[in-house]
Amino acid sequence: MGLKTFIEGWPVYRQLTGTDPLGRGAAAQSARSATLTARTETADSMARSVCPYCAVGCGQRVFVKDGQVTQIEGDPDSPISRGRLCPKGSASKNLVTSPLRETTVRYRRPYATEWEDLDLETAMDMIADRVIAARDETWEDTDDQGRVLNRTLGFASLGGATLDNEENYVIKKLFTALGALQIENQARI
Amino acid sequence: MAEAHPVGFQWVMEAKGRGAKVFHVDPRFTRTSALADTYLPIRAGSDIALLGGIVRYILENELDFREYVLAYTNAATIVSDEFVDTEDLDGLFSGYDPRTHTYNERSWQYVGQEETTGYRAADRERDTAAGLRHESHGIPVGGQVRRDETLQHPRCVYQILKRHYSRYTPEMVERVCGIPHEKFLELARAWTENSGRERTGVLIYSVGWTQHTVGVQYIRTGAIIQLLLGNMGRPGGGVLALRGHASIQGSTDIPTLFNLLPGYLPMPNCHNHATFTDWVDSIRHPGQKGFWANARAFGASLLKAYWGDAATPENDFCYDYLPRMTGDHGTYQTVLNMIDGKVKGYFLLGQNPAVGSAHGKAQRLGMANLDWLVVRDLFMIESATFWKNSPEVETGEIVPEECRTEVFFIPAASHVEKEGTFTQTQRLLQWREKALDPPGDARSELWFFYHLGRIIRQKLAASDKPRDRAVRDLKWDYPTHGDLAEPSAEAVLKEINGYEVATGRPLSAFTEAKDDGSTAIGCWIYTGVYADGVNQAARRKSRHEQDWVAAEWGWAWPANRRILYNRASADPEGRPWSERKQYVWWDADKGEWTGYDVPDFEKKKPPTYRPPEGATGVQGLAGDDAFIMQGDGKGWLYVPSGLQDGPMPTHYEPAESPMRNPLYGQQANPTRKVYDNPINSVNPSPPQPHSDVFPYVFTVSRLTEHHTAGGMSRTVPRLAELQPEMFVEVSPELAGELGLAHLGWAHLISGRAAIEARVLVTDRLTPLRLDGRVIHQVWLPYHFGREGIVTGDSVNDLFGITLDPNVLIQESKVGTCDIRPGRRPTGPALLELVDDYRRRAEMTGGRPPIVTTDASEREVG
Ligand code: SF4
Repeated sequence: MGLKTFIEGWPVYRQLTGTDPLGRGAAAQSARSATLTARTETADSMARSVCPYCAVGCGQRVFVKDGQVTQIEGDPDSPISRGRLCPKGSASKNLVTSPLRETTVRYRRPYATEWEDLDLETAMDMIADRVIAARDETWEDTDDQGRVLNRTLGFASLGGATLDNEENYVIKKLFTALGALQIENQARI
Repeated sequence: MAEAHPVGFQWVMEAKGRGAKVFHVDPRFTRTSALADTYLPIRAGSDIALLGGIVRYILENELDFREYVLAYTNAATIVSDEFVDTEDLDGLFSGYDPRTHTYNERSWQYVGQEETTGYRAADRERDTAAGLRHESHGIPVGGQVRRDETLQHPRCVYQILKRHYSRYTPEMVERVCGIPHEKFLELARAWTENSGRERTGVLIYSVGWTQHTVGVQYIRTGAIIQLLLGNMGRPGGGVLALRGHASIQGSTDIPTLFNLLPGYLPMPNCHNHATFTDWVDSIRHPGQKGFWANARAFGASLLKAYWGDAATPENDFCYDYLPRMTGDHGTYQTVLNMIDGKVKGYFLLGQNPAVGSAHGKAQRLGMANLDWLVVRDLFMIESATFWKNSPEVETGEIVPEECRTEVFFIPAASHVEKEGTFTQTQRLLQWREKALDPPGDARSELWFFYHLGRIIRQKLAASDKPRDRAVRDLKWDYPTHGDLAEPSAEAVLKEINGYEVATGRPLSAFTEAKDDGSTAIGCWIYTGVYADGVNQAARRKSRHEQDWVAAEWGWAWPANRRILYNRASADPEGRPWSERKQYVWWDADKGEWTGYDVPDFEKKKPPTYRPPEGATGVQGLAGDDAFIMQGDGKGWLYVPSGLQDGPMPTHYEPAESPMRNPLYGQQANPTRKVYDNPINSVNPSPPQPHSDVFPYVFTVSRLTEHHTAGGMSRTVPRLAELQPEMFVEVSPELAGELGLAHLGWAHLISGRAAIEARVLVTDRLTPLRLDGRVIHQVWLPYHFGREGIVTGDSVNDLFGITLDPNVLIQESKVGTCDIRPGRRPTGPALLELVDDYRRRAEMTGGRPPIVTTDASEREVG
C-alpha cells in the first residue's frame, strides 16, 4: 500500500478533504462496506404492504429473494409514515421469519398431555363436523313465547384485530348463516 | 402516544416544531411526557373530573366559540321540564330504576319529544351494547326542536351544562384527580386560547379512555369541549381515537361483534325486530332528519350480498335467516357461560384472551371446559396451551388428564403472505400486496373460513332441515387461485363495496343503494372503495406528488372523506372561518361545495337552504346543519337519547377505588354492567368496608417494544431482547413504605389472583396528594405470559370483569390491589394467599352495592 493510498484510507483525511465534513457518510465508510450491496437492490420482488402491529398504518416495502423475505422497510412514499417504522414495525421481518413460527397443524386430544400431528385436510373436516354437531345440539328455533330465534349459542369466536376486512367479512357472513351470534373481536376489548 | 403509536407521534412533534403546545395527561411519566411541554400526572379513572373542569372553565368565562356553538350544536335546544340533574339527585339523573340499574330516558328528551322515545328496554339495550350502532350515525331524535338563540332559557342545553359542571372547580379537580390547580389552569388556558377562528386544538385518546366503566362518557366529555371550542369538523381539530391494532377500526366497521352487522346495522333482536320492516324502521326512524333515512336500501342490499338469488323482495330478502339476540352475547358473558358448561366450541383467530382479556383465570377455566377449541395463530400462544402450562395447572385447578377440551392449532399466514385491506385509525383502508406464499400448513383466515364454509355446505347439501336453508342458500362462490386454492380477496372486497346485481357493475357511492334487490352491498359505508372496478385502497400515489390531504393514498370511508363533518370548517354562510383554517367551503359561482377534502354535505345544497315544513331524511337537513348524521343535524353537547348512563358525563369512581367519590353520594357508575358469578367478585370500595385490604391503585399499558398480549412480540427475538422481563414501576416513596428493592421482586394481590414482577423504582410515578390523603399508583405492562422467548406473569389476571354499560368494554385500566415484597407463593399456597385476602375483605362473590345514595328513593318514592 502506497503512502497516498494509506492516507486516503484514513477517515479523518477524507472527512477533512471530501464532501462529508461531519463524517457521517462517505468519509466513514470502510473498504468492506463499500463493497456491500443492499438486500433491497438484489431482491427478486417487492410488495407494498402495511405494518401489522398498531393502527397508525405505516407503509412497508417487503423484499423477497429466493422465496424468502429478506428485508422489510418503511415506505417513503406514505403520507402517514414518511418511510418511518417504530421498533415493532422494524422487527416485522423478524416476526414473519421467527424461528418460533408454527407451520404445521397441532392437535391435542381430550385428556392428552402432549400435542400430536394432524394433516390439514383432516383437521378441516373434523372442525366442520364439530361445528355442525354443536349447532345441532344447541339449536334454538324460537323462545318460550314462540318468537323466532333461529340461532345457536353452542359455539363462539373471538378474533384479533389484525384480521383483514375481507376476512372479517367472510367470518361474519358464514357465522351469521350458521345462526351463530357469539362472534367477538378485540375491538370490544 | 410516543410509546404505543410512535410513528403517529411524529406529527405531534411536527406540530410542536411549528409552535403547538403539547400537554400529556397520564398516571405515569412516559416517552410522550418526556417530549411534551407540560406533563400532568392524574389519578387513574378520574378524567371526567378533569375534563368537566375544563367545560366549567369555558362556560364560566364564556370562552366558547359562540357563532359555531349556536349554529352547529344543540346548545340552544330546550330540554324537557321533567329532567332532573345529578346536582339535585346526588349523582343520579332523573329516571333511574334501582331494580334494573338502568334509566328511563323519557325525562332527558328535548321539550315536546318526551313521548317520541317510545318503548325502550334499557336493560336489554345495555346487554346488547346497543349504543355501538351509533358509531356511524346519530341517535334518533325528532328533527324539529324548540330553541332559544340567546342561550338564556334556564332549560336550554347551554344553561343545563353550565349548572351540571358548576361544581367541577379547579379545587375539585385537584381533590379528585390530584392535579395541582395551577397546572390545571395552565391546561385550560392553553386549550381555550388555541381554539377559535384562527386556531384549532386536537384531543387524542386511546384505550386509556375506553377501558373504564365510564369509557364512553370520557369521550363524550372530550367531544363537549371540542364542540364548545369549535374544534370539530375542522383541520387540526377533532377527537382522535388512536386505535391499537392494524385493523381494529375495520373490525368494527365490518364487525366480528355479536351485536352488529356490517356498516353498523344492528343484529336483530327477538323482541322488537320481528320483521324486516320493524328492523329497518328501528334504524331509520321515520320522521328523523339525515342520511340514515336510507336504511331500508342498506339493509336490503346487505341481505342480497349474503343470500344472492335466494333473497327477493317477496321474502324480505331472507331476513328470517338472521339469528336473533335476546341479551348479552358478548365475550365476557360467553366466557362465564363456558365455565358453566353451556358452550361447546370456540374459535380464537389471532387473539390470546388467556393473557389479553380481563380476568385471565376465568378465560382459562372457560377454555378448559369446552368440547373443542380452534386456535389460529402464527405462534404457540397461552390460549392454545392453557391445558399444559397455565397458572391453573400449577395450582391444580386444571389437571391435563382430566381436561377434555380438544384443541386444534392451525397455523396462520402472516401479513406479508396474503393480500387484503387493513383499515387504520383514521378510517383509511390500505391494500396490502402479497409478497409470498405462507409456509407449510399456514393459511390465511380467508382461506380457512372460505373452505370451512365450503366443507360445511357440502356436508349439509342434502339436508332438508329448515335451519340449514340459510347455509345452503348462502352466496359462497368466491373464485380461488394458486396451489393453495386461496380465495380472491379482491372478489370479497368487490362484494363489500357492492355491485349492481344485473350487471355486476361495482357501485361508486352508497347513494346508489336500492331497496328492491337490484343492488348487493356487503358494507354500505365502504361503498366506493371499488368504484369504477378499481381497487381504490391500493392507491399509492407518493406524498411528494399530492397535497397535504393526500386523498390519493388509500381510501377512507365514507366516500374517501378524510375529515368527518367538514361542513363545520366553514361558517353558516359557507365561508371558511379563517383563511388559515380553510378546508371546505361553498363556491357560490359554481353553486357547489368545494375544498381540499370531499365535502361532508350534499354537494349542491346551498348554505341558505331551509327545509320545507315537515321534511325528513336528507331533505330535512338545512344548509347549515353540519352534523348530517344526527337526527337534528347538530353536534350534541347534551345527549337526549341513546346513552345508558346519562345525557351528560358525570364523574364516578372506578368500580374498584380506594376513595369515596368527592363529588356525589353515588360512588360508581350506577348503570355499569356487573356479572353475578362466584368467580367474578369485585374488590370492595367505599362506602363498603374493607377497601383498605387493597389500598393501592394499579394501571396497565403498553411498551413500545411489545404488542398487546405478546403473541406477536414475545415470540420475536429482536423485540424480546429489548424488553425481556415483566416489571412493576413504583415510586421511591412507595418502595420505601413497602420495603421494595429496585430490581428485586414484588407480588401484587387482588381478589382474583396474585402475580409477581421485578421492581423498577422510578420517579416516573408520583404519589398523589388528594382529598387529605396520599394515593399510590403503580404501573405494569400487560404483555407477559408463559409462552414465547420472554415470559412472566399476566397482569390482566388481577382484574375482575365490570363493563361500560354502553359498549360492554371492560374496566381494565384501573383496579385496586395490595403489594408485598418478594416473589409470590406457588402451587396451592398461591390459592391460599388469594383466599386469605378475600376472607379479610369479606368478598363472597355476587354483585357489589350499585346505588350508594338514597336520592333515587327520594325520587322514585
Ligand atoms: S411501525 Fe410502529 S407506529 Fe407504525 S404501524 Fe407499525 S407499530 Fe404502529
